[in-house]
Amino acid sequence: MDDWLKSELQRAGVFVTTLEWVYNQSRRSSVWPLQFGLACCAIEMIATAAARYDLARFGAEVFRPTPRQADLMIVAGTVTKKMAPQVVRIYNQMPEPKYVIAMGACAISGGPFKQGYNVLKGIDRFIPVDVHIPGCPPRPEALLNALMFLQRKIDRQTLGAAQPLRWYDPMDRAEFPVPACGAHDLVPTHTRAIWKPEASPRPLT
Amino acid sequence: MNTERFAAQFPQMQWDAATSSWIVPHQSLLEIALFLKTDPEFRMDLLSNVAGVDWLSSKEKVRGEDGKPVERERPGYLEVVYHFYSVSAKQGPIVLRCRTDGRATPILPSITPLYRSAEFQEREIYDLYGIVFSGHPDLRRILMWDEFEDFPMRKDYVSPDDYEWEPTPHDDVLERARQHRREEERRRA
Repeated sequence: MDDWLKSELQRAGVFVTTLEWVYNQSRRSSVWPLQFGLACCAIEMIATAAARYDLARFGAEVFRPTPRQADLMIVAGTVTKKMAPQVVRIYNQMPEPKYVIAMGACAISGGPFKQGYNVLKGIDRFIPVDVHIPGCPPRPEALLNALMFLQRKIDRQTLGAAQPLRWYDPMDRAEFPVPACGAHDLVPTHTRAIWKPEASPRPLT
Repeated sequence: MNTERFAAQFPQMQWDAATSSWIVPHQSLLEIALFLKTDPEFRMDLLSNVAGVDWLSSKEKVRGEDGKPVERERPGYLEVVYHFYSVSAKQGPIVLRCRTDGRATPILPSITPLYRSAEFQEREIYDLYGIVFSGHPDLRRILMWDEFEDFPMRKDYVSPDDYEWEPTPHDDVLERARQHRREEERRRA
């Protein structure tokens, strides 16, 4: 059905829509984040949820203290190598559909601690990230923008078999291996299925 | 504070003017700390800071027997620095430095039985420098995970080679980037 016919029918008092639209509208309007913060970015996340920036305008104000009720994981702050297994385990405990926003320089790349010995160089090594937000820390507006970006991403989800969604695949349990704390580093250092090291694209001087 | 009396009481200490601190042999650390804590004049009731330092072996120049400078090897050691204050007498700090016998046997006496505030700091030094404090009630790693085997704040620590491409590599990172590039080319060839 095209948009012209839809609006003509609406004019006559008949509301026509797709199941897809209903699904996506429900999902995008109640993205409940998981209530946890890892470092200073969490303060900005709290500010975003509070009255001044008011995350509630986007339907995402209900921070859940349990992963079983959460749809969105906001990885807000520095992920140390000691913390990374716990973050992956919490992600595994979230029910589908689930989304991840990596907030801040540390969560997306290790940030100022990238060359250190104890900080993970980006949480996307272990769990699939939907939206990356740069910044140290990102302003609340940036987090709001990331949420709107995620909502647009949800709008594009289809129920059709052409682009099957991950959580309709009975074989895909969307569980990612929890890294073990090894003698020198995490074992393994990344999950091969979702992340591979980038080759240097240009000559070094 | 009558530091002359303190110095006379413990002739085994050595005053280091450059850092305003006393270099203390570890055999008498507890004895000296007990004196600082209980002496009515000093009353050092606050141990504000315990810090580790790693000194690698180095060459140093000393005056030889014939008066000419000779170069000799100074063996490396690990060092712990203690800062004592007195809240009740409003004085301080008194800084003690305690060195291990070489880097191979990093053992020092624990000061935790005297000053409870040293407990976590000694655990942190054990975690990052690998100094074993004998007499510590609960010597475990505090920041790194228990399975970790290295001591990352030591100067000879080699971090895991998890280099990834960076747009602006420099210094050590650039050297590592070159090394990875060479390996990459060798694999391709």
